[in-house]
Amino acid sequence: MKKLLSTLLLALVAAVTTGAATAALANEEGLHLDHAPDRSTNVQALQNGAKLFVNNCLNCHSAQSMRYNRLKDIGLTDEQIKGNLLFTGEKVGDMMTVAMTKKDAKEWFGAAPPDLSVIARAKSSEAGSGADWLYTYLRTFYRDDARPTGWNNIVFPNVGMPHVLYELQGEQRAVYVNEKDPHEAGKTVRKFEGFELEKAGKLSKLEYDSAVADLVGYLVWMGEPEAAHRKQLGILVLIFLGLFLLPCAWWLHHAYWKNIH
Amino acid sequence: MAAGKKEPVVVTGLGKLDKPASGLLTWVDARFPLMENWRTHLSEYYAPKNFNFWYFFGSLAMLVLVIQIVTGIFLVMHYKPDAQKAFESVEYIMREVPWGWLVRYMHSTGASMFFIVIYLHMFRGMIYGSYRKPRELVWIFGVMIFLCLMGEAFFGYLLPWGQMSFWGAQVIVNLFGAIPIIGPDLSIWIRGDYVVSDATLNRFFSFHVIAIPLVLLGLVAAHILALHEVGSNNPDGVEIKDKKDEHGIPLDGIPFHPYYTLGHDLFAAVVFLMVFSAIVFFAPEMGGYFLEYNNFIAADPLKTPPHIAPVWYFTPYYSILRAMVWNFFYIDAKVWGVIGMGASTLIFFFLPWLDRSPVKSIRYRPGMHKVIYAVFVVCFFVLGYLGTQPPSPVGQVVSQIGTVLYFAFFLGMPWWSRMGQFKPVPDRVTM
Repeated sequence: MKKLLSTLLLALVAAVTTGAATAALANEEGLHLDHAPDRSTNVQALQNGAKLFVNNCLNCHSAQSMRYNRLKDIGLTDEQIKGNLLFTGEKVGDMMTVAMTKKDAKEWFGAAPPDLSVIARAKSSEAGSGADWLYTYLRTFYRDDARPTGWNNIVFPNVGMPHVLYELQGEQRAVYVNEKDPHEAGKTVRKFEGFELEKAGKLSKLEYDSAVADLVGYLVWMGEPEAAHRKQLGILVLIFLGLFLLPCAWWLHHAYWKNIH
Repeated sequence: MAAGKKEPVVVTGLGKLDKPASGLLTWVDARFPLMENWRTHLSEYYAPKNFNFWYFFGSLAMLVLVIQIVTGIFLVMHYKPDAQKAFESVEYIMREVPWGWLVRYMHSTGASMFFIVIYLHMFRGMIYGSYRKPRELVWIFGVMIFLCLMGEAFFGYLLPWGQMSFWGAQVIVNLFGAIPIIGPDLSIWIRGDYVVSDATLNRFFSFHVIAIPLVLLGLVAAHILALHEVGSNNPDGVEIKDKKDEHGIPLDGIPFHPYYTLGHDLFAAVVFLMVFSAIVFFAPEMGGYFLEYNNFIAADPLKTPPHIAPVWYFTPYYSILRAMVWNFFYIDAKVWGVIGMGASTLIFFFLPWLDRSPVKSIRYRPGMHKVIYAVFVVCFFVLGYLGTQPPSPVGQVVSQIGTVLYFAFFLGMPWWSRMGQFKPVPDRVTM
């Protein structure tokens, strides 16, 4: 038994290393994402994020699975929701929909803006969490005259969406340098160096990053409003199973098996 | 068995019943073989007393089956099998239905845990030779359950109507199109449309909630009936029925109930539920393996995702499918892929006849056999891992090697299972 287990363990280690080695060979370059600060449980950040979301995103993007009055979970009252977040006669019990039709959207942007209810969950990948993706995406818009909207993005090249938050961030240009191709001598590759702020926005860089972090925190929260409750409950369930049922079952085992040799 | 005999009603673990209960039992027993079945399958089903860790997974599979059925019933109450509404109805369950998120996560986690438990259960059968004579039918029913489970998982995965649901189904149904002559028509017949659509969703829903579960339950009953007919194998591969006491009870056997039910499997169930809860409450996506990230995007027939990967439990076979890249004998590589994938699952049926080892259990087999099993396990994991990754030249070569070794394990078994120095098998089980 012990021998078998150790053989199996060895086999698993071998499998993991082979897998990892193959993976390393398979994808050398990956998307680099900035790590998003986690604000998905910070009520103040979530409220600020909700405000940014409703004011800026909800014009084109829907969040069809999200009810306005669910915002009560992050400390807002019905009156606050009505007064600050509802503009066109919706009721607090309504879903966060948009007036724009899919057909119009496609004509205007080339693609219908995706629903954002679970966007933070959908954008997760091996490169980073969905929050990391959104946090990087919303901070890497830059001016590009070649694009119909005048905007381009590092994380999502040739994206159809213009930089909606440019008044806050300002306008930046991407700086590229030519570098020798490490794989092919004599060739050069265009490498992204960084951004150059051309026109300052209302917020400083730090303030803008923080605002985006709040917005991303809100998107993460909206992706699964039950998440915090789920984890709290999980602790109780594990305590019940581990501290109550497990000893009971163990005691039963001993009671029944004490005479079996 | 106990037909016609009138005995005082004694229920193991409860002792002699008092009068009203006893009277009711006698009344039922005169009309239905309740106590007879209780004895045959629980209180007088004698199981070897030396079951170890690997023997937990049969009863755990039953537990997961119950979890899936119960959570499934509640999901069907709120889910809408309609291409326009399916994706949103899942989010509706997650947000608006009281405790819907818990039921949904239990069901999605249960799907993956079912495969983990079943893979470990099958591996147990393989290392202890549980499929050998006289347990061939137990094994065959088991493999049929495994195939049903794969069908159940495949049909069920379309229902959330996310991008991976849609494109995964599209890829798999298209495979049938590779079959010569009838292929293209067959795949249209399966989908009920030229692409995966509302018609496909409706029929997959029907298969997932009615057809396959019915077959599955029947097969589970057959699996257990066959097992109780021949008796359980054990880690020593010794037949406990060969050595009986004066009452005809195996010397190394103990009543399944209560020794295994309450005294063994209950503990395993609690440990399992702790692992299960840890996933449900703290990591329901399991890093994108249990719930794929792309499946949080609603199905879009016009937008093919750059990388379509099946859920982890299908990936070993998916790797085998992708490993076939040559057109042998004028037959398309795609067809060979389908044949390879089909063969890699169906080959389990033949294990009872492929294995020619003079001993059942790995305990008394030569060290070389352990190495071969280990290589097989490595292959399974490597193929599984590669199946989750986008295709790459290195990955392709590795998965081809893995495929060869996978099949060599089975097809070479009639030879390698007889080779080497075997250890003497004891007369009685060892604790």
